Amino acid sequence: MSETLKSLRFTLLAVVAALFVSAFIIVITDIEALGDGNLGKAFATVGRAYWGLFKGSFGSLRAISNTITGATPLLLAGLAVSAAFKAGLFNIGATGQMLAGAVTGLFVGFAFQLPPIIHVPFALLASAAGGAAFGAIPGVLKARTGAHEVITTIMLNGIASFTVLWLLKTELFKREGRDDAISKFVEDSAKLPKLFGFMGNRIDLLAHSGFIVALLATLAFWWLLRKTTLGFEMQATGFNQEAARYAGMRTKSLMVTSMAIAGAFAGLAGGSEVLGLYGYASATVAGDIGFDAIAVALLGRSTPIGTLVSALLFGALQAGGRQMQVDTDVPIDLIIVLRALIVMFIAAPLLVKAMFRIRGEATSFGQTFRGWGG
Amino acid sequence: MSTSAAPGLVVSAEQRKRARSLGIAYLVLAVVCFTIFTRRTGDAGFRISESSQFTLPAQGFGWALGIVLIAIAAGQLLRGFGKLSNVVLALATAAFFMSFMAWAAAGDSFSFVGMLQDTVSRSVPITLGAVAGILSERSGVINISIEGMLLASACTSAIGASLTNLWLGTLVGILTGVALAAILAVMSIRYKVDQVIVGFAINFFALGVTSFISFRVLVPNRDTMNNLLPVMPIRIPLFADIPFFGQILFDQTIFVYFSFATVALATWGLYRTKWGLRTRAIGEYPRAAGTLGVDVNKLRYRNLLLAGAVAGIGGAWWPIGIVGRFDQNITNGRGFIALAAVIFGRWHPVGALCGALVFALAEAVRLKIGNFDTGIPSEFLIMAPYLVTLVVVAGFIGASRAPKAAGQPYEDQ
Repeated sequence: MSETLKSLRFTLLAVVAALFVSAFIIVITDIEALGDGNLGKAFATVGRAYWGLFKGSFGSLRAISNTITGATPLLLAGLAVSAAFKAGLFNIGATGQMLAGAVTGLFVGFAFQLPPIIHVPFALLASAAGGAAFGAIPGVLKARTGAHEVITTIMLNGIASFTVLWLLKTELFKREGRDDAISKFVEDSAKLPKLFGFMGNRIDLLAHSGFIVALLATLAFWWLLRKTTLGFEMQATGFNQEAARYAGMRTKSLMVTSMAIAGAFAGLAGGSEVLGLYGYASATVAGDIGFDAIAVALLGRSTPIGTLVSALLFGALQAGGRQMQVDTDVPIDLIIVLRALIVMFIAAPLLVKAMFRIRGEATSFGQTFRGWGG
Repeated sequence: MSTSAAPGLVVSAEQRKRARSLGIAYLVLAVVCFTIFTRRTGDAGFRISESSQFTLPAQGFGWALGIVLIAIAAGQLLRGFGKLSNVVLALATAAFFMSFMAWAAAGDSFSFVGMLQDTVSRSVPITLGAVAGILSERSGVINISIEGMLLASACTSAIGASLTNLWLGTLVGILTGVALAAILAVMSIRYKVDQVIVGFAINFFALGVTSFISFRVLVPNRDTMNNLLPVMPIRIPLFADIPFFGQILFDQTIFVYFSFATVALATWGLYRTKWGLRTRAIGEYPRAAGTLGVDVNKLRYRNLLLAGAVAGIGGAWWPIGIVGRFDQNITNGRGFIALAAVIFGRWHPVGALCGALVFALAEAVRLKIGNFDTGIPSEFLIMAPYLVTLVVVAGFIGASRAPKAAGQPYEDQ
């Protein structure tokens, strides 16, 4: 069996195992049905929940649009975590970088009046720059003082969240007549075109061309890693910092550059949410995406194609999860469990092998993050 | 006067750099004193017991401290304080903190002792989480999943305590922590999965399952399954009567005493016992320890389960120690703060305790001065704990060396 097929088989088995464990969780928390001794009803709930999960993610054009909408920021933020992993850095700060990019993109989006052909790229560029600047901070701190990025990015997330909360209430950003943290709308000329705009004005198709931006960013990430000296040096530093320095690479400035690149991806995630999905910013614009992005990058082994696939999978789960919650009384939080289990099982080919009694070598994975020492 | 102080004078380039940045930091603090702390007039009352208080004139104290800080900065930049430099730093930081509080409370009074009491209480889950992290990482297993362990045990101990009693509830929390630690252990030791991935998967798993249970089970059955009376503080006789410190340290819940005891025990265990020597050895150089007859993986299993139990008690602090119920995502990232405290404290229990106290203090201050109208938007007060930790880590802690083998699976040969 070829390598690709083998790893595909493991991925499928991992998803099956995750669905199985989740089904168990649905059943044992169905206290009412269990109390009546009505196991059939509990299992029927599982069936309806999973049918909703599928229907909501791929069952219709709207479902597919929702999947793409959910996958867009996950992919961009996932690239932010992946890019840092490649350089041996653990970027927990995608949330803060997204917020920075959301604010700068928002500002360009409402403060200027330009033709769309200039306004859209300008606003996207601004969000990438905002994210890059904010992302560079932990890089600079690590290069200058040695402060570990796991601490600094966590702290910067908190700082960014509350700064944005404050910023959105200032006169500059505040929406007329609102006292809460809701911003003005961006100009129409800065809005990312809808992906399915050619199908007429269906407002339920939310997917926007931020997805194309995300695909281009994935391509750029691939190109950076494979075709550029910078990408090579980043990976060399990530692989073995001492060796890279010995080989004459400027590992400290690479640290800053890598974090800035990561921040730019996350900034784009924030920008595309503001310019493509919402048209304004609120304090919750980044949500849990920065955190989920870590799972996306881990699942995708920090490679461009892997990040893309896992972002699509997570986007599908998210879209399906909403349908599931509507159709059954199973809370959408189940998909967080599902994601965790999928990540766990895919990372543990040896375990999946043991569960399904597969003989032969399991495809093994290398390490993502080489300890705290950097 | 110059050569006699030679041993204490700064020598290496790194020390000189640190001394210079310290000097600049003092100057910055002085500027803050002059420009901000002198802005508000009036006396600030610091209540140190129910009946007594001391007052600081906000403006005068700001001016005086600013001048003192400039003198300290000059001393630091011109000749350094040698061995006393950490003492000077601690005193200057404390005085700066007092000036800040005087500024915030100018013309008003607040319970200083209550704030510090609150600090100690709030440090419990961070400290216990950090000790759990240290136990795993010292044995060579990266533990990102502290947050998940805290959250899961907060949930199960709330249910357990609501259905039975506080002791059994805490026990359920401990077992939950141990169960998650067992997953981490089996995955990273037996199945050699990337430890960061397992850790994060456990965090997601705990977040998902507890939110799921919260909506599906706890909300409909709030009165029976998520409703309990938290523990009361226990006054330690004699010690609790010590003025000021007695109330802060010896009039607390059992969780606080347990947390201090854990730090002491972990420090003693890690540095004074055979177990500690072996634990540190398998975290630094497992191959050597293995060659000398230590069963590396067995000890890793044992230490991880122990870490899970400690984190489990940390998680039980929320429902049983303070709040009386479980809410969705009640830990709100404290496990990551604990992780930061591990690195902050350089993988030493006492250092981690200090990190936990810094964060908890910033949080307690924020809650306290939220009552005063200082003219600062509340968002900046909420952000204070993060900002303080960032400044402390970037400015004074710097690079720290982790256990060398953390993150690498061990294979017998």
